[in-house]
Amino acid sequence: MKVLVPIKRVIDFNVKVRVKPDGSGVDTANVKMSMNPFDEIAVEEAVRLKEKSIATEIVAITCGITACQETLRTALALGADRAILVETGVDLQPLAVAKLLKAIVDRESPQLVILGKQAIDDDANQVGQMLAALLGWPQATFASKVDIADGRATVKREIDGGLETLEMNLPAVITTDLRLNEPRYATLPNIMKAKKKPLEVIKPDALGVDVTPRLVTLKVVEPPKRKGGGKVADVKELVSKLRNEAKVI
Amino acid sequence: MSILVIAEHDHRALKSATLNAVAAAQKIGGDIHVLVAGHNAADAAQAASKLAGVAKVLHADAPQLASQTAENVAGLVTPLAGAYTHILLPATGFGKNIAPRIAALLDVAQISDIIDVVSPDTFVRPIYAGNAFATVQSKDTKKVITVRTTAFDAAAATGGAAPIESLAAPADAGMAQVTGQDLTKSDRPELTSARVIISGGRGMQKGENFKMLEALADKLNAAIGASRAAVDAGYVPNDYQVGQTGKIVAPDLYIAVGISGAIQHLAGMKDSKVIVAINKDAEAPIFQIADYGLVGDLFEIIPALTAELG
Repeated sequence: MKVLVPIKRVIDFNVKVRVKPDGSGVDTANVKMSMNPFDEIAVEEAVRLKEKSIATEIVAITCGITACQETLRTALALGADRAILVETGVDLQPLAVAKLLKAIVDRESPQLVILGKQAIDDDANQVGQMLAALLGWPQATFASKVDIADGRATVKREIDGGLETLEMNLPAVITTDLRLNEPRYATLPNIMKAKKKPLEVIKPDALGVDVTPRLVTLKVVEPPKRKGGGKVADVKELVSKLRNEAKVI
Repeated sequence: MSILVIAEHDHRALKSATLNAVAAAQKIGGDIHVLVAGHNAADAAQAASKLAGVAKVLHADAPQLASQTAENVAGLVTPLAGAYTHILLPATGFGKNIAPRIAALLDVAQISDIIDVVSPDTFVRPIYAGNAFATVQSKDTKKVITVRTTAFDAAAATGGAAPIESLAAPADAGMAQVTGQDLTKSDRPELTSARVIISGGRGMQKGENFKMLEALADKLNAAIGASRAAVDAGYVPNDYQVGQTGKIVAPDLYIAVGISGAIQHLAGMKDSKVIVAINKDAEAPIFQIADYGLVGDLFEIIPALTAELG
């Protein structure tokens, strides 16, 4: 079974982002970039499926600028067999990404597409669901456990009230949640080997996809600052302040 | 404008998130219709018809809508979309699962987790775990939107008397089936709409120790939440998690117990009116946003606090 793993290069989750004073966006210059943590979980799950001999080939794919090749090399080092970069400098939004991925799915015919539930930069949580819609495939979002057998996927999903078990026929789209697995680290030998694995670069035009953004960002601002750092000496003072000053109890 | 709000409900009653979504619809302005898609959901439809400001309720009732799978709900909504300029869902697990599927089927962008309406085509939404707010304008003729419930005060639950129109549901898409559910049972207020929340983190050390927080929660009629660390360690179920990718909350009072205050946790609770932090590490980042911080041993402080509240 071929598995396609879409990944995204994002500002590292540990970085405290800085909003540009001119309101045009978030400062990404000289900032550490990494694979979106939820996509790392997706790569890990695909590799585990391969280790169980359920997946036969793992193809990692990303859409974006040339530097995204680094992120693909990381996926290759973690166990993906092949990588594809759909290269463009356009501001890609989820609908465009879903359309690009659909074109690749039509070309590659994977039985499973597994990707992170959301990217930690735009926090959109859309691509997986949109891709499933465009393909007419079932979707299982926020997966915390995945079992594949006999052409069917049984997925435990994290939902608002607890957990839900969803069963669907393959091919299907799964989006990963935090507790699906704990990703491995790339070993140095695997990082070296990854340099030789195939990485193909394609342009959106070649896929016949219109990637024009639908949403225009008018401005990006910092949220109102919260004053903090207040201290109380003991429980009595805490209760007194909550009652008489904050008036919340 | 004409807006379709897709109700979140359990067939018997509306979830409070629906009322926040209706409030956002009211801010956009125009005719508001509410869709109740479910099975044996007449009570939920009745509740929707009583919401203030709703002009009509559409009620689709069929066994294949009992689990409200994304495939079946999107299959129901897409043919209806022609009549509407906006389709709104709450930004809950339910809404986030379904909204993008609808948007893609309509070939429009989806706008996630709006916290404000600037105009019918311009919205504000958080990015980078709420460390930046983006104002975005949609060029599409239809807007599919999920609404951050904590950003819009709930619409009034009564005062309306909208007609309920029955809709036929399309056949089961036959793509995905829900075969099991494991829901947390609790008499406490719902986490996302509770007035007071007591949240435990890694500092709680054991799941058993959450009983201490429950005793305090009883005094304050509070909901219980948790940080990712506490859920990952198995102290509490996943639906307790507050954070960037868990639940977003904005109670009047949030008490963070043994929680260090990682960026991702703050994303879920920094809109709380009053934040209290209890942690033995004076350097914990949570103290930087706490209104009242108490440095000390939570195993002493929590029982003392519970006792002090009588």
